[in-house]
Amino acid sequence: MAVVFEKTKGLTEKETHYCPGCTHGIIHRLVAEVLEELDVLGETVGVAPVGCSVLAYEYFNCDMQEAAHGRAPAVATGIKRALPDKVVFSYQGDGDLASIGTAEIVHVAHRGEKITTIFVNNAIYGMTGGQMAPTTLIGQKTTTSPLGRDSNLTGFPLRMSEMLATIDGAVFVERVSVHNPAAIRKAKKAIKKAFEVQLEGKGFGIVEVLSTCPTNWGMTPVKALGWLEENMIPYYPLGNFKSPEEAK
Amino acid sequence: MAKGKVIFNEDICKGCALCTTNCPVNIVVLDTSRINQKGYHPATLSDPEQCIGCANCAMMCPDNVITVERF
Repeated sequence: MAVVFEKTKGLTEKETHYCPGCTHGIIHRLVAEVLEELDVLGETVGVAPVGCSVLAYEYFNCDMQEAAHGRAPAVATGIKRALPDKVVFSYQGDGDLASIGTAEIVHVAHRGEKITTIFVNNAIYGMTGGQMAPTTLIGQKTTTSPLGRDSNLTGFPLRMSEMLATIDGAVFVERVSVHNPAAIRKAKKAIKKAFEVQLEGKGFGIVEVLSTCPTNWGMTPVKALGWLEENMIPYYPLGNFKSPEEAK
Repeated sequence: MAKGKVIFNEDICKGCALCTTNCPVNIVVLDTSRINQKGYHPATLSDPEQCIGCANCAMMCPDNVITVERF
């Protein structure tokens, strides 16, 4: 008898505070599994954001630092420059990275900082109660767009990966999802590649992970996975936008 | 004859049912006759003998409830 799946050592024993069915738990696990497989848990410093994953420092079994809202890439820059031998990553949601922290993520990419960013996009502000985010889809109902997002009033959803891929300093940019086991395996591969790019000192890497928010989307966790697949993937296409080979 | 064994850490299950969505033999279910200490119906197997040990359920679980062994 062989154990084919067990909890990774990259996560602490603490139970998460996430709502039932929130895919943050899956994404935390993937990052932790990758750090364990690369054998860098003792050499890693993570930077936690503000948002639902604000308590990520309680869950990752490596050194962690909390940052001000949106400023995780700036804090990660400081850590990486002071301790260039450490593996440094930021873990951010869409309210954190694509709204208040847009300047920080653009400039961390433009400077080509050798850090890895895990960007969790669920098209809504989760922690504060389901308000519209820059990534909210057209027509999507939130507490601040009760009739659905109207592009005349609030513009269009922001595609961060496509935008960051145009910046020379960003050497690895990929968008993945976690709506089924096949997608989860692909997501893990992309996260691993992003950390390998950092270990090789090639430059900035980001993995955008499409995620669900069953509570604020107002549906069951299972329906939320279907909604992600049917509505988010057509607007936010999955795939690799940049790899180190192209960046040369 | 079961090819795999699934162990649930029931106390930390949040009853989200994501583990039930991708079982190729459709045996992962929520046990609606019981409530765990968190107040949710915990996930369980309806017919453990059918398990093939693919670990899809564990892959989907956001809360690391599931351990899978294969014979």
